[in-house]
Amino acid sequence: MTPWPMLLPEGVDRGSAAPVEAPPRSPWRRRALLLVPLGLAAGAGAGFYAMLRGMQTGDYDPKGLPSALLGKPPPDFALPPLEGSDRPALTAAELRSPARPVLVNFFASWCLPCVVEHPMLTRLARAGVPIMGVAYKDRPEDAAAFLRQHGNPFARIGLDLPGRVAIDWGVYGVPETYLIDRRGIIRWRWAGPLTEDMVSRELEPLLRRHAA
Amino acid sequence: MTGRAAFTLRTLALLAALSAAPALAAVGDPAERLRDPALEARAEAIGRELRCLVCQNQSIEDSDADLARDLRRIVREQIATGRSDTEVIRFVHDRYGDFVLLRPRFTAATALLWATPAVALAGGLLLILAMRRRIATTRMPAELTEAERRRLRQIEGDEAPGEEAPPATSLRGGPGGSGTPA
Repeated sequence: MTPWPMLLPEGVDRGSAAPVEAPPRSPWRRRALLLVPLGLAAGAGAGFYAMLRGMQTGDYDPKGLPSALLGKPPPDFALPPLEGSDRPALTAAELRSPARPVLVNFFASWCLPCVVEHPMLTRLARAGVPIMGVAYKDRPEDAAAFLRQHGNPFARIGLDLPGRVAIDWGVYGVPETYLIDRRGIIRWRWAGPLTEDMVSRELEPLLRRHAA
Repeated sequence: MTGRAAFTLRTLALLAALSAAPALAAVGDPAERLRDPALEARAEAIGRELRCLVCQNQSIEDSDADLARDLRRIVREQIATGRSDTEVIRFVHDRYGDFVLLRPRFTAATALLWATPAVALAGGLLLILAMRRRIATTRMPAELTEAERRRLRQIEGDEAPGEEAPPATSLRGGPGGSGTPA
């Protein structure tokens, strides 16, 4: 006799006189199944291409982080003035309801990208945007010398030598720039130097929107 | 001792030293630590849950970055003033957001992340079930007819030693006739 069908799982149709192979699937279904992995690969490829392009143009920063303070008022703080800068000190009170949108820029004389973005800050200040500076973990004389050398775009400057106020703001490196609207709410944060591209694409439209 | 045993010992010692290195690399300055070992242990446990945002792939306990040191100090200050672990973590989370937590919270945005292992397992089980079902529904060949059985016996008898071989011609032709005698 034939012992082998006994090995098959329950419910196997043993008796019927049917063809040995399962009925072949329609060729269309077969072809569609072949296309599934191809489609997945094409989709992933398009996604990666978009990511790479975005990294090149600056639209996409894989290390970029949203600020936890967006939509919130700045933390309460009172920083001493920067000696030798001729500017008043900076406290949270000045940011509570400014007459127009304000930028807060964390900088340091030891920070190279800060040198790179400085002309941009100067340009914005000339255009009438109030910019508040926070000298982060900097010796006062170094920070003051930095501003003498590169120009001083700041309306007010606070000195954050221990870097504690910066932590309250969620700063994780200098330079960082925050936009505060007229209601005293943080609307935007950019970690890294302000570039021409970034300012014209993101900051200027935001400044216009929040100016009203 | 043979040279070979000495070599093995040296290799083991080297491996031990290498595996201990990461532990030694954590928090360098003993002055940073809290005097109370229990509080220090709590501070370290919290620190290991918090990401260093400068290096992004280390905890603040493991990182040498300036910001990580500041955050370690803040964690210890707050522990020393009697704040609970959750309060300390909330302090940092309020400032730096979800990314600072090395163990992501379960939110709508992270649901897929957390569910992935379960989804993958369920998908695999479904696949196995589907495949078993397909095997079960595959039709089996029909039983041999009486004539086929006879022929099979003939073929088997042909191979069995000491039996009379049937005429070779009977193996050719006929429905389902396949193969030639060995």
